[in-house]
Amino acid sequence: MSSLLAAASFDVPTIEYGQLSPMLIIFGVAVLSLLVEAFAPRGSRRPIQLVLVFAGLAAAFAAVVMIRGTQHIAAMGSVAVDGPALFMQGAILVLAFIAALVMAERQVDPLGDAFAPRASALPGSTDEIAFTRLGWLQTEVWPLFLFSVGGMLLFPASADLLTMFVALEVVSLPLYIMAGLARRRRLLSQEAALKYFVLGAFSSAFFLYGTALFYGYAGSVDLSAISDALTANAGSMWLVITATGLVSVGLLFKIGAVPFHQWTPDVYQGSPTPVTGFMAACTKIAAFGALLRIMYVALGGIRWDWRPMMYVIAALTMIVGTLFALTQTDMKRMLAYSSIAQAGFMLVGVIATNQAGLSGTMVYLVAYGIATIGAFAIVTLVRDSTGEASHLSQWAGLGRKAPIVASAFALFLLAFAGIPLTSGFTGKFAVFTAGIAGGATPVVIIGLVASAVAAFFYVRVIVLMFFNEPTSDDGVSVVVPSGFTTLAITISVALTLVIGLVPQLILDLANQAGLFIR
Amino acid sequence: MSPFSGALAPAAGEISANVAHGTFTQMWLLIALPLAGAAILLLLGRRTNTWGHWVGVLMSAGSFAIAVSIFLAMRQESGGNRAFTQHLFQWISVGSFQVPFDLRIDQLSMVFVLLITGVGTLIHIYSVGYMSHDHERRRFFGYLNLFVAAMLLLVLADNYLLLYVGWEGVGLASYLLIGFWFYKETAAVAAKKAFVVNRVGDVGLSIAVMLMFVTFGSVTFEGVLGSAPKASQTSLTLIGLALLLAACGKSAQFPLQSWLLDAMEGPTPVSALIHAATMVTAGVYLIARSNAIFNAAPTAQTAVIVIGAITLIMGAIIGCAKDDIKKALAGSTMSQIGYMVLAAGLGPIGYVFAIFHLLTHGFFKATMFLGAGSVMHGMNDQVNMRRFGALRTVMVLTTITFFAGYLAILGIPPFAGFYSKDKIIESAFAHSTLVGLVTLVGAAITAFYMTRLVAMTFLGRARWPDDAHPHESPAMMMVPVSILAVLSAVSGFLLIHDNWIVNWLEPVVGFEEPVLGFNVNILQYGTLALVLVSAALGYVLYARRPVPEVAPVGSFLTQAARADLYGDEVNEAVFMRPGQYLTRLLVWFDNRVVDGAVNGTAALIGGLSGRARRTQNGFARSYALTMLGGAALVIAALVLVRL
Repeated sequence: MSSLLAAASFDVPTIEYGQLSPMLIIFGVAVLSLLVEAFAPRGSRRPIQLVLVFAGLAAAFAAVVMIRGTQHIAAMGSVAVDGPALFMQGAILVLAFIAALVMAERQVDPLGDAFAPRASALPGSTDEIAFTRLGWLQTEVWPLFLFSVGGMLLFPASADLLTMFVALEVVSLPLYIMAGLARRRRLLSQEAALKYFVLGAFSSAFFLYGTALFYGYAGSVDLSAISDALTANAGSMWLVITATGLVSVGLLFKIGAVPFHQWTPDVYQGSPTPVTGFMAACTKIAAFGALLRIMYVALGGIRWDWRPMMYVIAALTMIVGTLFALTQTDMKRMLAYSSIAQAGFMLVGVIATNQAGLSGTMVYLVAYGIATIGAFAIVTLVRDSTGEASHLSQWAGLGRKAPIVASAFALFLLAFAGIPLTSGFTGKFAVFTAGIAGGATPVVIIGLVASAVAAFFYVRVIVLMFFNEPTSDDGVSVVVPSGFTTLAITISVALTLVIGLVPQLILDLANQAGLFIR
Repeated sequence: MSPFSGALAPAAGEISANVAHGTFTQMWLLIALPLAGAAILLLLGRRTNTWGHWVGVLMSAGSFAIAVSIFLAMRQESGGNRAFTQHLFQWISVGSFQVPFDLRIDQLSMVFVLLITGVGTLIHIYSVGYMSHDHERRRFFGYLNLFVAAMLLLVLADNYLLLYVGWEGVGLASYLLIGFWFYKETAAVAAKKAFVVNRVGDVGLSIAVMLMFVTFGSVTFEGVLGSAPKASQTSLTLIGLALLLAACGKSAQFPLQSWLLDAMEGPTPVSALIHAATMVTAGVYLIARSNAIFNAAPTAQTAVIVIGAITLIMGAIIGCAKDDIKKALAGSTMSQIGYMVLAAGLGPIGYVFAIFHLLTHGFFKATMFLGAGSVMHGMNDQVNMRRFGALRTVMVLTTITFFAGYLAILGIPPFAGFYSKDKIIESAFAHSTLVGLVTLVGAAITAFYMTRLVAMTFLGRARWPDDAHPHESPAMMMVPVSILAVLSAVSGFLLIHDNWIVNWLEPVVGFEEPVLGFNVNILQYGTLALVLVSAALGYVLYARRPVPEVAPVGSFLTQAARADLYGDEVNEAVFMRPGQYLTRLLVWFDNRVVDGAVNGTAALIGGLSGRARRTQNGFARSYALTMLGGAALVIAALVLVRL
């Protein structure tokens, strides 16, 4: 930089539009979507938004497929377009597509959709009641969704810490708002949004502080420059260790690892359920992508320093997630703790610090993401007169009322539990074998014990659904959704089975993605 | 009868084979055709109701045509060059456990294929008539085709694991067909019983396959049988006994014989095809095929002889007391398979004759079962022989064909059984006088109970129920029966003529001339005389004297025989009750010890969970504090590692 200034000239930055096209498409569509919100007449907004969203996601996915095999650091060293980044972008786009289907549903809630008629109205106020009675339906969730997806695409592809920070904020800010948009139980939703925002900002500060310390150490925020500085062993080791800790905290918060997990159950429970599914699946992929990139690219040289810390975090995450999930009585909270435990299993793949660990984690992320969106989609269907019936006791005997839906949910639970012939087994097998190969056997053993305990609360729900009598006249029923949710659940079931029955397809894809570019 | 000509043959069979070429490459079609038939009939369901049975017949007949063409091609080859293998695909490939999906056709499997497809096709045709009033006829033919396919896989497999697939397949088909009229409780129970008892035998086969892999590192015929002489005596004895257990289950040999009598609940064509002519002889095939193992394991061979001898006598005694025509025939089947098993246990002097008797028995027993079916058809499905009598007057063709089978099983020259059974008796005497005497006694009892059977059914006075109007069965049924009756009459002579069957099978199963200590003619005439005396006794007791319509109480032996010689009681005492005690013990162990440990752990974890979740208090400020503490710990951990 300084040399450039000294030469007093200015090079036009080269931007590889082709290689950045997935992100550019999504951000472009997001801007269009925002304009539609501002200028299109109310009645025509929904069809235009839906076309924009699904076409945008499909086009971006096509772009990812077109540029597969690229290995290049684009945009003047800011964005790494490599195999893992493209794999995760593709995964995020597919999952966002399924999540968008669930968000587009308008048939399950007699009042409209899952989102508030006016987010600014105070919960319980006369305004809110009036808006609900008017039956207003908003489409403001779509630009927020698209910006968030765009940030998620950039997050695992960021080649320097500042870009990564910007991506982190682009992912998070729309999510904070979306968390507060629930039509029912507004108070819980707004509390979730506020908590998520406050704690998210707190964790961002850690990340930013760590970035600053890295700059102080390496004189650059480029991941490859940090790696080079570590190889050259320049500067204070304490600086880089503190920086590693702080940046890790920022990312571990996003993936919901213990002890930075406490927001997860509150936010998952309070958010509109379609948003919860999206958040749980896609954010996790993006954040794990970023974590893997930093740990493998920038900090691979000092992995003996951070691995013991990660051992502890992974073990704690698996144990605490499983332990807390055991006694939950709310379906969404149970799934939230389950997702914490799952994050612990995935951290085993991060610790492995080898090619198998990278590809294993990616496979796990996809498997988990699909089952998660499917599971939350089904949660939206089980309702009583006040909205979603998320208390576990209300799910008793569901297998008799709606055998197909209950069977699909059972399949997702079995996938979470890692039962063979489902996608979850493929993922667990991949990360655990990578963990053993990477010398993390004790953590793998803890993981195996934790998954055995975790199987209890997954199977308990299955028993509840299929072998318990429904409590009489609780008014709980499974509503018949429109084609959107049906399609989302069908895709999730199909992919869960395909990854479980023919795991080689996705394992090959993840292995071909290769390693991060430096 | 003249001893066999020709040079002294090698004792053991050869196992090497050529890669199939020309006509032999069609051997996969043998299985594929009936399998396709079963798929069409069972998958397309009711849509095929009107024409489905003809698909079944056609597939079976097509398979038979291919079998004949392969047989003719095989005759063109020289004696030692008649075994062919066909590699279809690699079936299992796990480390050193390699199992190809290979078929093998040689002289031994060839005769089985001809028997299965030939008799099978005849019985398919017979069933078109027999089952014409059953609106589930299409399903029946689907199962029948499934059986033919599975049985052909059993005899065409080139390794024990593939054989096991066929073995289980015929077991499945047998279960489905015994319970074909599952709405009758007796049929459903009989099917279940056959299934469970066969499981015991199947465990034997699976143990044998595992032992083979441990001992030889292979489960192919070439890998196992080719290196059998090199293995240790103990391993071979264990494998032999496990194979014997398997044979006992499938072939209804003591102590696993009890299911066969109940299996007569199935439609009569099934009894003829599966429970007389083909499937129940699979045990004999297994022993003959594994001759290299048994030849090198004398202890196992002795066990085979003992089992065969016991079953031979048991079956014959049971046959004497049954009033149900099918059950009497079933007892006879047990007894005759006992002969075959015994012969197979004699080693190279017996294998050929075991298979020889298996073939002739396939013809004459199928004739008699189908004849019994014809009788039942005319008598409103009555099976109690005490309500038959004098049927010769109204069912002439059935009577004639039945008598062909009757004379064959008695061993009256020139009917088929004479050649095959006498050879077994001769070999048994060559082995030891005791075994020889057992076979001789068996032949005498056979003559008695078979005479009793035909006398009560066809001779004497009519004891028909009032509503019975016995009549001859339609041609669709009687043509197949007549063909089988002709075969019962002539097949023995045709097969042994010029020593053909011996020369044919010798390359596969080996052959040694049985050497008798006395003139073979004495034995032949003595046997014949004994059989005639015994038959005359039966005739006097059951044709000359009136037969009571209600069975008399009878002697102790009669009562025991009616109760299947207490086979079920023995099973209950030996298998069921100890099994129940074992499960009770396990349940107790599971409840107290296992569940105790599990519940204790669960309670511990649950308690921890209940306490721990209180830390999740909902306050953002305490969450933030936890994060701060966590961050401090993360950095502390990193620093600690560096220190």
